[in-house]
Amino acid sequence: MSDVSLTVNGRRVSGNAEDRTLLVHFLREHLGLTGTHVGCDTSQCGACVVHVDGRAVKSCSMLAVQASGSTIVTIEGLADGAELHPVQAAFKEHHGLQCGFCTPGMIMTATDMIARHPQGLDEATVRAELDGNICRCTGYHNIVKAILAASETMAKGAKGRAKQAA
Amino acid sequence: MGIEGVGARVARKEDKRFITGGGRYVDDMVVPGMKHAVFVRSPHAHAQIKKIDVKKAQAMPGVVGVLTGKEIKADGIGNLICGWMIHSKDGTPMKMGAWSPLAVDKVRYVGDAVVIVVADTKGQARDAAEAVEITYKELKAVVDATKAIQAGAPQIHAEADNNLIFDWELGDAKATDAAIKSAAHVTRMKIVNNRLVPNAMEPRAALGHYDKAEDHYTCWTTSQNPHVARLVMSAFYNVAPENKLRVIAPDVGGGFGSKIYIYPEEIVCLWASKKTGVPVKWVADRTESFLSDAHGRDHVSTVEMAFDKDNRITGLKVDTIANLGAYMSLFSSCVPTYLYATLLSGQYNIPAIHANVRTVYTNTAPVDAYRGAGRPEATYVLERMMETAARELGVSPAELRRRNFITSFPHQTPVIMAYDAGDYNASLDAAMKAADYAGFTRRRADAAKQGKLRGIGMSCYIEACGLAPSSAVGSLGAGVGLWESAEVRVNAVGTIEVLTGSHSHGQGHETTFAQLVTQRFGVPIDSVSIVHGDTDKVQMGMGTYGSRSGAVGMSAIVKALDKVEAKAKKIAAHLLEADEGDIVIENGEVKVAGTDKSLPWFQVALASYTAHNLPAGMEPGLKETAFYDPSNFTFPAGCYICEVEIDPETGTTEIVQFVAADDFGNIINPMIVEGQVHGGIAQGVGQALLEGTHYDASGQLLTASYMDYTMPRAGDLPSFKVSTSNTPCPGNPLGVKGCGEAGAIGSPPAVINAITDALGVVDIAMPASPATVWATIRAKK
Repeated sequence: MSDVSLTVNGRRVSGNAEDRTLLVHFLREHLGLTGTHVGCDTSQCGACVVHVDGRAVKSCSMLAVQASGSTIVTIEGLADGAELHPVQAAFKEHHGLQCGFCTPGMIMTATDMIARHPQGLDEATVRAELDGNICRCTGYHNIVKAILAASETMAKGAKGRAKQAA
Repeated sequence: MGIEGVGARVARKEDKRFITGGGRYVDDMVVPGMKHAVFVRSPHAHAQIKKIDVKKAQAMPGVVGVLTGKEIKADGIGNLICGWMIHSKDGTPMKMGAWSPLAVDKVRYVGDAVVIVVADTKGQARDAAEAVEITYKELKAVVDATKAIQAGAPQIHAEADNNLIFDWELGDAKATDAAIKSAAHVTRMKIVNNRLVPNAMEPRAALGHYDKAEDHYTCWTTSQNPHVARLVMSAFYNVAPENKLRVIAPDVGGGFGSKIYIYPEEIVCLWASKKTGVPVKWVADRTESFLSDAHGRDHVSTVEMAFDKDNRITGLKVDTIANLGAYMSLFSSCVPTYLYATLLSGQYNIPAIHANVRTVYTNTAPVDAYRGAGRPEATYVLERMMETAARELGVSPAELRRRNFITSFPHQTPVIMAYDAGDYNASLDAAMKAADYAGFTRRRADAAKQGKLRGIGMSCYIEACGLAPSSAVGSLGAGVGLWESAEVRVNAVGTIEVLTGSHSHGQGHETTFAQLVTQRFGVPIDSVSIVHGDTDKVQMGMGTYGSRSGAVGMSAIVKALDKVEAKAKKIAAHLLEADEGDIVIENGEVKVAGTDKSLPWFQVALASYTAHNLPAGMEPGLKETAFYDPSNFTFPAGCYICEVEIDPETGTTEIVQFVAADDFGNIINPMIVEGQVHGGIAQGVGQALLEGTHYDASGQLLTASYMDYTMPRAGDLPSFKVSTSNTPCPGNPLGVKGCGEAGAIGSPPAVINAITDALGVVDIAMPASPATVWATIRAKK
């Protein structure tokens, strides 16, 4: 058994878990954060993507104890209170989800993708970047649309904030 | 149309929980005292069980129980059944072999459940599962259906000689043979429809909870039809009487047919909960899903299509062998029969059709309905034949189709179906225009300059949805009726709950169904809630599959709304001292037409519950129930065009454009309908290009993970061009046809027609992977 201390969605948490416990199971079973999903056992589907110290990580590919000391954001911590994150809002507006199971991982991947492409995204880049996330419902059409739209919204927002600061 | 009413692109009400991590799937459920189950599964495709020793496993840390098939039998739990009776052409009933929820004497496929281990944690259960000692005597296995019916093949079930389950036919053999004999041209092909694994992203799961004090069971399960699950588990598997069994299908992460059936795991978890005295949860690993979810397709067909000198089809003869796997799953028998052969007329006038279907046991996972279920197989047969025939006859694929289109309705086909409405030329025209079909020759020449091979292919599909008139399916062997129920509860403050027997696992019912209510009463959509998926809340229902929730589920809601509206009008007429016929309900107000007299909607609702001043003899309350049984199937149809570009050096196929022009009848929410089409096309393209299910000769599934089974990813697909040209369905009050399966039905032949066009070959096996395409190009040289 190992002690695990993390900052999750802005809250310091700690627990004691079997050494073999994966981060995804620690989040789901110890912390009750069931928004992060398990869709496969080979780190292929991406339903479990969370942010670990600012980077998108498949939480099934990391032991909880390895993550100890990290700052983690899960789908539950993405919105700013009642206000949805622009990626969440775009998934809703553009019908980027159906059954909702892959959605948390998609949104966490998309958020990271947009952050890594401040110059903006095009369709080919979005499709290539989504290689680690599988969706069986949407055919990706509206997911791609939602990510492109969110990318634009966030770029506008960033420009707006830069203007205000100036 | 209001902004939230019928026809509006209303953003989904259910999305909030899914995009914030608030969805509630079975694996998210926690019950006090809950333990975790792991199934020990057969590593052999075919073997006798000689001995099961659970002593070591029972002594492992955290283990609560290790239970076997002998014990479940001793407790009187029944075998799994197939609920649709098919008779062979000699009149004998289908040969259904026994399927015990836990194997007793014999295992018949890799993944067959043998033992359940229950422990404090899943890790402990997994460790203990490895300590269960089972002695097997291996038997020879057979995985190919065409080989399984040959003499001397391994016998899988004692009940089915030579593994033949039934030998069934539909249509007029004599007339079809005569048509072929006298034809000006006959096109002949062997057509293989590859086996697929449905792969809903949420793995199957079950949580069984036996309450000793109440002698009552609760089952949380990943089901598309919780009421059917309860009915079948009560009536056939003897788990518990219906009043002692509650089945809840909460948020379900995709189904595509694979979550219709009642599998061994939910039965065993319920039984094990009573046996061990603790709630028992099981969640499948992905590899477990690959091994034990019902698979789809797996047909081999020999087809002859006859034409007269004017290129009109005169006859179609189809001989199909369908692989049903190791056991007959719940609806497995109807898929290659009444959901398949009845659609073999497609969009065409075909005077004579004959289909012969043999279904076969093999040592593979059970095969049942997967998105489209029988209809993709029929469409693939027909549309590959039409393409090949057009090439042989030297006419354009569009022209050959047009010449044979059915253009007047109703149209009775020779294979049961009576098409009620459609305009096949309209969808073909729309698709060709959207695809700039005329410009293809130029695009092909441009691609050739770059050393690439371009091809274009079309597919004109029809399907039968809205399953189905109960008396019709009953006469064809179905064990259930296929109506739907709805209850509309207007609360005293005017908010509304709709309880439906349909189940949403991605289809957006919470929005679409609410749009019907908003349209009817003009109340805000947020004041309407859709309740589904719980046998304690909804009285009875048949669930969601076969694109039936629009045509059947919503029709039941319409009927219930009719009753509520009629009663509300009576109350309003009484309160406003007006004639009932003059009352109109709009924008949340109940008005007397042509006057300024009105009441807010909520006051009528309130009046119904206070009951201080109701018309004489009227019962209080404003709540109505309806059951709707459809009068016919519905017939969505459309035309899909796929254009591919192939790199001959690597065999890689790029889909450069994909066009869908569908006729779904009236549409409630176009945004959701488009989403259904996108997803269906992706699955069809997956079948055509990527998804291959491979068993080796000994029955090991070689493609049992996402490392081996190629799921369509974002980079494999283009953005799709979708449109609709709709003819309302005359058979139901909303004029809707259904849209859930069309994409998966129409797309595979379009893709393969495009690839064979690009390569200049007659046929290529699905999935047309880069290796297959590359080898085909090399073989041609």
